Amino acid sequence: MNTQAQRISEAQAPPPRYPTSALDPGTTAPEFELNTTPDQRVALSAFHGRPVVLVFYPADWSPVCGDQLALYNQLMSEFRRHDAQLLGLSVDGPWCHVAYGKDRNLRFPLLSDFEPKGETAKRYGVYQYGAGVAERALFVLDRGGTIHWSYVSPLGVNPGADGILEALDSLAEQGGRHGDAARPLH
Amino acid sequence: MAMLRVPYTNRDHVKGPARAAVTLVEYGDYQCPYCGQAYWVLKNIEDSFRNDLRFVFRNFPLTEIHPLAMVAAEAAEAADAQGKFWDMHAMLYENQDALDLESILEYGASLDLDTDSMLRDIESHRHLPKIQEDFMGGVRSGVNGTPCFFINGVRHDGPWDVASLSRAIASSRRDTAYAR
Repeated sequence: MNTQAQRISEAQAPPPRYPTSALDPGTTAPEFELNTTPDQRVALSAFHGRPVVLVFYPADWSPVCGDQLALYNQLMSEFRRHDAQLLGLSVDGPWCHVAYGKDRNLRFPLLSDFEPKGETAKRYGVYQYGAGVAERALFVLDRGGTIHWSYVSPLGVNPGADGILEALDSLAEQGGRHGDAARPLH
Repeated sequence: MAMLRVPYTNRDHVKGPARAAVTLVEYGDYQCPYCGQAYWVLKNIEDSFRNDLRFVFRNFPLTEIHPLAMVAAEAAEAADAQGKFWDMHAMLYENQDALDLESILEYGASLDLDTDSMLRDIESHRHLPKIQEDFMGGVRSGVNGTPCFFINGVRHDGPWDVASLSRAIASSRRDTAYAR
């Protein structure tokens, strides 16, 4: 399978305090606060109480029709049905995100993992140390901020939305018991 | 590996023999320029593989970026209701710069379709449920953009120029031959 040796060059292995692969289900999702526009910042904790879908991707401005984010934009009603908040994260700066989001009419925030570069991607174990960008990685978090599902797509492959929707379905089936302490178990 | 989740039914648009060794499914958007390129690639592929290939087209309109994709898809389904899906499919891809309703009705007229009926279908969104079913079936199968190809049920993640797609189809044909 996709071992670390294949993905990280020896000269640029992550320092010990970062995970060496994508965080697994059951892990508490690391908190972050990042710019979505030059003036506005968004914190992950602001979305506690709702499922969250984190979409790490290498860069804005990839070709349109094969674009992962265009597909997710098309599926906003599906995500709303699950009460899920979608957040895109790449190392692009906030001005780039503003332009790209406007060009593609994106209806979810793009977060700028710009300074320190890729810090959030590193803490989630999904930074490409050689290329200096995030991997195409997906995380679905439950309402309490615990990772319910994660997936790293092979290099160059757009992962689509089927995994995300299946994860949200299974979260709904579980009734949001993880991290939803107020709701009694049946 | 993304796998097709929606098996072929008699509601699908299918070309080629039922017993073909390889089935190629395309999820496409009529306003997508890459799908426009793929249309010509597929003509070439169909000529090369002939009876070894069955081709299925399913709608995957990305309306957020292609606002005319849905009316084009509805027109294709309306033409299907009059038995001329593939003719309309060809006209739409060969005229991607003109997918407004007026042009679409002209295409219908040139194909000797009942354009009143076609217009009624489009305005009433009679075929919208089928298109939406195609779309969500595609999403659940791992369709990640357009065009998206499945060769014998497996999503093709490589390039889809003539040479690359031919190699992938030929490889699938060999696998099927060994399995028999």
